[in-house]
Amino acid sequence: MFDFRRSIATFVAAASTVVGVAGLMGIAPASAQTLKVVMHSDVKILDPIWTTAYIQRNHGYMVWDTLFAMDEKFAVKPQMVDKYDVSADKLTWTFTLRDGLEWTNGTPVTAEDCIASIKRWAARDSMGQKMMGSVVGLEVVDAKTFKMKMKEPYGLVLESLGKPSSNVPFMMPKKTAETDPMQQIKVEDVIGSGPFIFKADEWKPGEKIVYLKNPKYKPRNEPPSGLAGGKVVKLERVEWITMPDVQTQVGALQNGEIDMIEAPGHDLLPLLAKDKNIQLVNFNPLGNQYTFRFNSTAKPFDNPKIRHAVFVAFGQEDFLKATIGDAQWYKVCKAPFVCGTPLATDAGMADVLNANSAKAKQLLQEAGYDGTPIVLMQSTDLQVLTNLAPVAKAFLERAGFKVDMQSMDWQTLVARRVKKDPPDKGGWHAFLTSWVAADILNPVMAGFFNAACDKAMFGWPCDETIEKFRDQFAKETDPAKQKEIVENLQKYWVDHPTHVNVGQWYAPIARRTTVDGNLTAPVPVFWNVTKK
Amino acid sequence: MLDFIARRLVAIIPVLTVVAVLVFLMLRLTPGDPAAVIAGDNATSDQINDIREKLGLNEPIWTQFAIWIGDILQGNFGESFFFKKTVAELIAQRIEPTLALTICTLIFAVAISVPIGVMAAYRQGSIFDRIVMAFAVLGFSVPGFVIGYCLIYVFAIELGWLPVQGYVRIGVNFWQFLERMVLPSLTLSVGFIALISRITRASVLEVLNEDYIRTARAKGLSNRVVLMRHALRNAAVPILTVIGLGIAILMGGAVVTESVFGLPGLGRLTVEAVLSRDFPTIQTVILMFSVVYVVINLLVDISYTIFDPRIRY
Repeated sequence: MFDFRRSIATFVAAASTVVGVAGLMGIAPASAQTLKVVMHSDVKILDPIWTTAYIQRNHGYMVWDTLFAMDEKFAVKPQMVDKYDVSADKLTWTFTLRDGLEWTNGTPVTAEDCIASIKRWAARDSMGQKMMGSVVGLEVVDAKTFKMKMKEPYGLVLESLGKPSSNVPFMMPKKTAETDPMQQIKVEDVIGSGPFIFKADEWKPGEKIVYLKNPKYKPRNEPPSGLAGGKVVKLERVEWITMPDVQTQVGALQNGEIDMIEAPGHDLLPLLAKDKNIQLVNFNPLGNQYTFRFNSTAKPFDNPKIRHAVFVAFGQEDFLKATIGDAQWYKVCKAPFVCGTPLATDAGMADVLNANSAKAKQLLQEAGYDGTPIVLMQSTDLQVLTNLAPVAKAFLERAGFKVDMQSMDWQTLVARRVKKDPPDKGGWHAFLTSWVAADILNPVMAGFFNAACDKAMFGWPCDETIEKFRDQFAKETDPAKQKEIVENLQKYWVDHPTHVNVGQWYAPIARRTTVDGNLTAPVPVFWNVTKK
Repeated sequence: MLDFIARRLVAIIPVLTVVAVLVFLMLRLTPGDPAAVIAGDNATSDQINDIREKLGLNEPIWTQFAIWIGDILQGNFGESFFFKKTVAELIAQRIEPTLALTICTLIFAVAISVPIGVMAAYRQGSIFDRIVMAFAVLGFSVPGFVIGYCLIYVFAIELGWLPVQGYVRIGVNFWQFLERMVLPSLTLSVGFIALISRITRASVLEVLNEDYIRTARAKGLSNRVVLMRHALRNAAVPILTVIGLGIAILMGGAVVTESVFGLPGLGRLTVEAVLSRDFPTIQTVILMFSVVYVVINLLVDISYTIFDPRIRY
């Protein structure tokens, strides 16, 4: 007779053995010297100048250093630079590097390296391009000193060289920096003088990227503050693990397999907050800003009065509630240059962003809106963006617009937003996105304020007055006058908007209680971080 | 037989040609621009256009196709738009986790489903049979990621026996490799077990009513010999067919399972490549999957001759 019971018992025993043996091996805890982190994205590209994506910026801060850096109070402080000087006529800037700066291949950091790096960065970065428009030339004085000669005084030299977010002017060896700015640097050229060393042989895209402490790095003596000060590394190794599934990230953090999640989803924060082994820390108090972008070349948004009506129709809190939910992680803030920063002001904003649909409807009629449907692109695959477009649609419809909301994945939206075709033939009228606050701290830095027609970012606003304000701001060296220019710009911009800011939000990191020392900065950095 | 194999291998060429043309056209005709993805959120239109130019995406579509096919014929699968690595290198890095997951799942699934399918047929109408059939319905109905999350919750978070995620290469540490394979393989095998056990049950039931089974019993052979040597062997052809087809399902399922368990395999590479519009990677991976499907089908056809000597090619 076939022994049915024995067969079942044999199978159960075998299965238990597999699970049991594997279980007996135990889960290897991460070493105290190794920090395992899940970042918001995988590092596929190693060149932070070639792309403006934030994960490459974060990678850049690990490997390379900057001439200047922004501290916690938004002041730009020397970083690789030991001393700098500006001539009385403000036309010559002289920079001298610190002693002992060295690339990880053992060669010293030189003035030539820095000049080549500035040129490559400026070829890609809009703030760099603006600065180089006022630069006559860059000259080597000696191995550690170089001069930047200007054709006219320029007010944002330090702000440009100490730009905290994409593209960051990272200093690279001359050979690397001479790579065509339109080409990526090679893997073997990822050589920095920053606090960590990129471990090329362990880089497995889609799996992990590994950084080791740079033993040759010479931190400044000042205490760390924001992205400035002494970058003292207290870990031997940092691993950025790629883990696409957010639920799995949470499970791995609870289980101690990883130490930190850079950007846990807001819907999972209550779950993480309940775990006594996990802390939620907002290390970036400036946070991020949601933005509604117009295509200013497409009717009816080519009419500033109709764009202004949108400004009047919108209210920020509805956007924030729909996407973030918990009020501790968002802030209603009308200031386009971000609440809590030196240029934050509500000038000109009293009558907008109050969800005043009656007033918006009246403005639309006065502007002669002809009922053209607004093609509103909705991104459906990024949780922090998905719910924005339906809220915008509701506001617009309440004000009397016809809206054709089209759903798509973010990459399709990214590809479509650069098309200038008519909205009913593959183009668009509007979409919503989010900016890291560190990218929009002034009107030159903030890409959506660029109103230089075809040279502006997608949406291509064309407004001479805004451009004049931006030029004035860039050339003004007195901070008080800069603020005055921003106030005047803002009052004008409200009536001629290039975009609408629809609220500030924050994304805390989730870390195990064994981890400490994350710095308050607009970028997640790993110097000063400790692990017990 | 050799003739048959040669003919089948030659038949791969038109299949791959059709796949290549379709994949290429579909990628070019669907929305999405890799240059815009590469350039990042703050890039201007000019910067994006420069990148398109460098990637050769401004060339006419047929020129791009001719360049790609020409490269493939020379064994050059191109370079990923994003990783600055050749697609061949990327696939080589990612193939091990997927192969390991597929093999472990197959072993799990066949080791469980064939015996329970045979036993369910042997005890037709019993409680065991009903449990197996209920499990089969459940296995088909519950999505893989739900099973994955449940297993993670029980075995990793509550019991702490197994890790939540990750992959350790077999050559680095065998036991860590094994402990990281258990939950993903179990997850992926549930649907497969349901499928094979149902087919096994049905095939064996059909065979058990044949005259030669009655004859074998009349000769005094034990139930074990009748079941294993006569019934199962004659029921093997449909079971093998389903296992062969199932490997295709496994590869599709691996996309979800690899994401849930953080395995850096080909499934995830495909998803990442699709989301970032990495054309060279998508094209090569799909071509590779097509070759794998054709070869697996060929192997299944060949294996029929082993189990059923009446089949000749």
